[in-house]
Amino acid sequence: MNRATLIFLGAFLALSFSWAGLLLSNVNSYGGLAPHFDETDNKAYPAQVPGLAAQGAQVYADLGCAYCHTQQISGGEPSADLTRKWGERESYARDYIREESVLLGELRVGPDLRNFGARDSTAAAIYLHLYNPQIETKGSTMPPYAFLFTTRKIVGQPSPLALDRVKVNVPAGSEIIPTDRAEALVAYLLNLRDSYEYPVEKQKNTPPKPPAAPHGAAEHKPEAHK
Amino acid sequence: MSAHPHQSSAATPAAESGPADASVRVPVLFLLTSGILWLLAGSALAFIAAIKLHTPGFLADCEFLTYGRVYPAALNALAYGWGVNAGLAVALWLMVRLARANLPGGSLLLVAGSFWNLGVMLGVLGILAGWSTSVPWLEMPRQVVPLLLVAYVLCAAWVIGALRHGSSPRLYASQWWLLAAVFSFPWLWAAAEAMLFFAPVRGTVQSVVGAWFTGGFLLLWFMPIGLAVIYYLLPKLIGKPIRGYYVAPFGFWSYIVCAGWVGASRLTGAPVPAWTQAAGAVASLLMLVPLAILTVNLLYSVLADGLSVLGRSVVLRFTAVAAAAFTFCLGRASLMILLGSPRLTWLAVSSDYLILYGVFSMAVFSAVYYLTPRIVRRAWPYAGLINAHFTLSFIGLLVGGVALELGGQQQGRDLANGVAFTEVTAHSLPYLQTATIAGVLLILGHLAFALNFVKIAFCPFVRARANAAPVPVELTRTAPEMEVAP
Repeated sequence: MNRATLIFLGAFLALSFSWAGLLLSNVNSYGGLAPHFDETDNKAYPAQVPGLAAQGAQVYADLGCAYCHTQQISGGEPSADLTRKWGERESYARDYIREESVLLGELRVGPDLRNFGARDSTAAAIYLHLYNPQIETKGSTMPPYAFLFTTRKIVGQPSPLALDRVKVNVPAGSEIIPTDRAEALVAYLLNLRDSYEYPVEKQKNTPPKPPAAPHGAAEHKPEAHK
Repeated sequence: MSAHPHQSSAATPAAESGPADASVRVPVLFLLTSGILWLLAGSALAFIAAIKLHTPGFLADCEFLTYGRVYPAALNALAYGWGVNAGLAVALWLMVRLARANLPGGSLLLVAGSFWNLGVMLGVLGILAGWSTSVPWLEMPRQVVPLLLVAYVLCAAWVIGALRHGSSPRLYASQWWLLAAVFSFPWLWAAAEAMLFFAPVRGTVQSVVGAWFTGGFLLLWFMPIGLAVIYYLLPKLIGKPIRGYYVAPFGFWSYIVCAGWVGASRLTGAPVPAWTQAAGAVASLLMLVPLAILTVNLLYSVLADGLSVLGRSVVLRFTAVAAAAFTFCLGRASLMILLGSPRLTWLAVSSDYLILYGVFSMAVFSAVYYLTPRIVRRAWPYAGLINAHFTLSFIGLLVGGVALELGGQQQGRDLANGVAFTEVTAHSLPYLQTATIAGVLLILGHLAFALNFVKIAFCPFVRARANAAPVPVELTRTAPEMEVAP
């Protein structure tokens, strides 16, 4: 056989092998993972993503938040994700099945956001942080997203979404309000909540606890087999 | 398949640059010019991104230059603009030379090349305008991808065409690597685009697809092109055949078989099946086999006679750095697996940077310095700028790599020890500032490179000046004993 043909064929086979081994087998094994229906709650988990949050996911992608923020909580050592209270448990593959585009992130320039909505943050605090992170977090290297806000004259009642006048510079009679994109983004962030414990994953991912037997039981067990 | 030196009958510049070189002059110059323009644009964007990492207020009001857009725009300009254009240019020239082909109608390639560049421009502008997919290395909006794939296939067809038109019955190591790269890239890309954007798979399988593509793009496009250049230039520049060339095929095949799997190691600790992560780790460790073989072939060929050989030519210094970077990055990847080094830190960025800059770009620089005088039949106008380019890019590579490496280690320790996040950020600032300084050095180097290139390629009148100035010997002609037949 012609050597060039051999190289083509070899490269093709090697690549196909990795494609079948890594991608095809994973599509087959958990590409069809279904939501878990909890009969006591009468709800399916993970829950459907509300419309505004789904729009916010697109803002999250277009602004490239995922280059600095991961969305994956690690459970075991040496990760300190759980002690940092970034999540209540490690992330499971099932958590992501409702997402159109899964952005796990590769680098933590900023904190993990996977369980952001379950932490004690309010929409007002997130708006302020997006507008200028330095206001509440001195020394943050997050860029200000002031372009997600507009300043407008107050006509009638001030907007309930307007930024806190005490914290930002705003001319008298005006207010700074989030644009639709900022509202969608914040809805998305607040919807990031992986608190539900799936029985299957919990059972699979929790290492069996050593039996809480009286002292010395572990040494006795092998002897029992003898 | 032989790599033994033989005496070429006439080693004058004219004989050295034969009809093969002349036949690809226009397409190679076109691809290189576009590649270099993308290199400048990409490094400017990367520089803005680097500043923003420690000075977030910089250009903060420009939405299209926000970090999350300017960084992927830089990455795509460098990977698809510089990486693919320059990679194809080098591949075409090498293939034509090694196959001893006379490629007719190469100017038709300009059409395909123009479409490729148009596509990359639309893609990068799309990212800046907010249509980024945010999937690392695949950010370009999916609408431009079909155009790019067709343009790529039409360009790459010429590389294959050169092989078929060639009169040489032998296939040298460089050609194996080129064939593998030219073929694997569209395969990887089309499959990943299809599975992510056209018929998206569900859940974190998407992340597996992304990691498979990224690993493949780095290890089956950038690395092989760099290796093809090193295999070709080293024997010519040191005047000796490749050491242990007979094991080169084992190096090639073991590399190709493992490379596709290595990407999965990017997912260590992610919510994907444990066996997938383990497969990536095992593949990274198996890469030690090709690593050992290629290190003997390449790095040992340079170092066997002592470092003094590097003084012989600046082109060789570029090639040698690429060979050393190859050994370093694969060795480092295996070591990181064994030591279980911290994940989701700057260490991951530094791995990619080493491949993209240390191996690929350094090798391509050496190839451009070697091939351009031969296809335009003129000497480099400013020999001093070549030395400046080498010094700047070598120091820049070293400083940038060390900064990311130490910064990543620090960040990993801080994250694992539960240090308050504001402290983690504060600790990483000095490293990020150092990385920006490295960026300045690299950009200055690129400017020196671009200036020299524009002069040699587009200003015929510099020939007279060049003859007056002393030009390093290997830039104008190859001494007979350095002519090594592939």
